[in-house]
Amino acid sequence: MPADAPPAAQTAVLDGVAPEIGVAKPDPILVVDGVVRSFGGLTAVDVDHLELPRGLITGLIGPNGAGKTTFFNLMTGFDKPNEGTWSFNGEPLAGVSAHNVARRGMVRTFQLTKSLTRLKVIENMKLAATQQRGERFLSALMPPAWRDQERDIEARAMDLLARFKLDKMRDEYAGTLSGGQRKLLEMARALMVQPEMVMLDEPMAGVNPVLTQSLLRHVKDLRGQGMTVLFVEHDMDVVMDISDWVVCMAEGRIIAEGPPESIGTNSAVIDAYLGRQHDEDPAVAPGASAEPPHPEPRTQRASAADEEPR
Amino acid sequence: MNIGAVFADAARAALDPFAIAYALAAIGLNLHFGFTGLLNFGQAGFMLIGAYGLAITVSTFGGPMWLGILVALLGSVLLSLILGLPTLRLRADYLAIVTIAAAEILRIVFRSGWAAPVTGGAFGLQRFANPFYALNPIPDGRYGVANWAYSERTLWLMVVGWSLVGLMVLLVWALMRSPWGRVLLAIREDEDAARSLGKNVYGYKMQSLVLGGLIGSLGGIVLAVNQQAVNPDTYQAIVTFFAYTALILGGTGRVFGPVIGAIMFQVVLSGFDSFLRRAIAGGVIPADVLATQEVGIVRFILVGLGLMLLMIFRPQGMFGNREELLLDAR
Repeated sequence: MPADAPPAAQTAVLDGVAPEIGVAKPDPILVVDGVVRSFGGLTAVDVDHLELPRGLITGLIGPNGAGKTTFFNLMTGFDKPNEGTWSFNGEPLAGVSAHNVARRGMVRTFQLTKSLTRLKVIENMKLAATQQRGERFLSALMPPAWRDQERDIEARAMDLLARFKLDKMRDEYAGTLSGGQRKLLEMARALMVQPEMVMLDEPMAGVNPVLTQSLLRHVKDLRGQGMTVLFVEHDMDVVMDISDWVVCMAEGRIIAEGPPESIGTNSAVIDAYLGRQHDEDPAVAPGASAEPPHPEPRTQRASAADEEPR
Repeated sequence: MNIGAVFADAARAALDPFAIAYALAAIGLNLHFGFTGLLNFGQAGFMLIGAYGLAITVSTFGGPMWLGILVALLGSVLLSLILGLPTLRLRADYLAIVTIAAAEILRIVFRSGWAAPVTGGAFGLQRFANPFYALNPIPDGRYGVANWAYSERTLWLMVVGWSLVGLMVLLVWALMRSPWGRVLLAIREDEDAARSLGKNVYGYKMQSLVLGGLIGSLGGIVLAVNQQAVNPDTYQAIVTFFAYTALILGGTGRVFGPVIGAIMFQVVLSGFDSFLRRAIAGGVIPADVLATQEVGIVRFILVGLGLMLLMIFRPQGMFGNREELLLDAR
């Protein structure tokens, strides 16, 4: 595993922050207050207070049905909460439409990759650039108005494609890419928006180990460039490896947050998500175990909570 | 039986004003369906608005023809807004339901006795394109060879009509190679992805709906001018499906697809029609097997058969991209 540790000055901001739910952080980029979303009788998301640290990687974990993707949808304007407010860079985002959230610098990817299959890879990339003059109806009819910009966008797209090792695929239809390549393309495409914060919904799901390593490197690179990352992931090795801060959700609520070391030993997280086998040796952080835990089959929260008193 | 005459009939139909009208309607549908993924099943409604906008302005209110065309185009934009505002935020099928219903409502309202003082009811309106034919520089006569000939009036409309088709093809081509067109394609592929990348999906769908509707209305105007008459029953829902047939024959999502498709549709339809009629008249097909009055229906059966064969052996249409089509099935 490449040992590119985060710049000390960046992670140091979290040194004095206690691993408590809803704890305040210095200079947060996203602040969430009382966001509730229910579908009929089911409360999918109920977050009292959450702050995401700027310029760092935050991992969002939790069992299936914990509300992680719904939380993503709410934050990015793809779904509307029943109540609550949240602000990005100090500006409230409640009621802002999805495309405007993206324009303000918060871009998300999807758990089920949304590659635009009948567009070529390069077109997928060029599409994502913002402020394109040629996207206005009348200027679209006058190529001189957008040709130069298009050339710049293409150069930037090729740079990113090269970084993600997709440059040889530039003229292939996105639909011909493999699942892993589509994940790479989606991440690269999100970066074309030049966001301040990227929200990645299971970027490593269904990706082989080699490609996972390369994706991890890319995510760390983003932090190196000063970008904020929030990502959902089930592989605890990955979470422990790259996160600076971890938030754990279960049944719509945040049940723990803190630096990765503290999360691995948090009893609420173990109950709800990681499973009981870690109790036998609580000193070993899951990230250090040789075999990655597979939390999905062990998310029987009710039974785990019933059997073992805390 | 004269096979040459069958070919002449087919060739005449290939370029006549009906082909122009279908081509324009299909170009609009291509923008909606082929490039943006909008299911507009009410293109006949846009054509009706085009035709009646012109006819009502001139025949009922005595306005000049240029104003009639302007009213037709404004009416088309208005129809797009009314249809699009409530439905474009919803899933694609809602637009399909609303458009097909709206087209039928328009037709029934326009033919009702209540609207007759303005629309002429079931009898429609006549003689509103005289200024257009007055401008005709082509001297009187018949132009062409044998059966493949047009009157000077039809020829004049064909010159203007095909120029219009060329202009619209050029417009769509210019738009679809621009970043604007790229956004439309992205919406067709996955509108949530487009939204997540900062594109105002609703705004682009509306632009597409308005522009495609406008081009469809031009088709309606050509049809009305050709006959110098409008009648609500010309614009039944089946007209929309003829336009879709033309689009699929030519190839969806291709700039030239709808034009080639409209010509093919006319050739096949008129070719079969002429062949059957002449075969019956010449005794090749016995009259007790197929009567002349049944030809109108049988030719559509044959067109349907042809369409089925096309879908089996060339599902992308004449000009479609098979690679793209296969991706779609994944």
